[in-house]
Amino acid sequence: MTQNHRQHFETLQEIRSIMERSSRFISLSGLSGVSAGIFALIGAGFASAYLGRWPFGHDDYYPFKLQELHRWGLTAWQFFLIDAVVVFIGALGSAVFFTTRKAKLKGQKIWDPLVQRLLINLAIPLTSGFIFILGLIYHGLVGLAAPAALIFYGLALVHASKYTLNDIRYLGAAEIVLGLIATFFIGYGLLCWALGFGILHIGYGWYMYLKYERPASN
Amino acid sequence: MKDIIADLNKAFDHRVRLGIMSILLVNDWMEFNGFKTLLEVTDGNLASHIKALEKEAYIEVKKQFVGKKPNTTYRVTELGKKAFAAHLDALEKLLNIRP
Repeated sequence: MTQNHRQHFETLQEIRSIMERSSRFISLSGLSGVSAGIFALIGAGFASAYLGRWPFGHDDYYPFKLQELHRWGLTAWQFFLIDAVVVFIGALGSAVFFTTRKAKLKGQKIWDPLVQRLLINLAIPLTSGFIFILGLIYHGLVGLAAPAALIFYGLALVHASKYTLNDIRYLGAAEIVLGLIATFFIGYGLLCWALGFGILHIGYGWYMYLKYERPASN
Repeated sequence: MKDIIADLNKAFDHRVRLGIMSILLVNDWMEFNGFKTLLEVTDGNLASHIKALEKEAYIEVKKQFVGKKPNTTYRVTELGKKAFAAHLDALEKLLNIRP
């Protein structure tokens, strides 16, 4: 490469990098994935204990009527409502915390048009999924709630990957695959849910943390 | 070879101007401070490059108030889009010539 070639090549590379940086929200922290995953695992653990089921090794449909369940002084609906709200607030709160921290460390603004666009594009598939799942529960199709949550969440990530770190595209694809498996092996719904929202979040979050954030060791 | 070099646009012959155009091609609009953080330049430096691009009618300015604060945003014009695309084509062609 001649001097001129190198210079033009670098110019093109810089243009590409600026376009990337200015159109994607890159402060998303891997640690928020890890903490969301931990909350999900705790939530799934409680759900498993409440149902009184060992989560591994069931390929039958939930063989009982949730309406008849009563444990710890809570009906099934009360329990799952509390469980879901606690997990959701914990996961979202810690995601906001770690992402704000990363943005501050990098001197980037947290509330800019990029993050607004990211949130809107996440919210559309997630809200649809949430309402769809309410519909499933309403019709008594409780077993399909976990697979539907995985599929909608995966689609949301694939869709939103255009507006933030592209890595979350593959996480999204993995969530979709898990959701589709759980659709057919419906007795494994809770297990797949724990794998998708717990283990995958922790693993992938940690990978992204190492890739983008870990302070250089030297 | 000479011809291709002539296709390179003098108006984009600077890192900051290339940066401004790149940002505006992938964003509908951008604030002054947005450029500042993305390109890491001083106010004066940025202002002069913006002015130069404005003079060529490659970008346009929109001034408005957000609450009581004045807010200046920028947008690329059709002319600017075409000129920048031509500039990138020229760069690409230069790269494709075997040294």
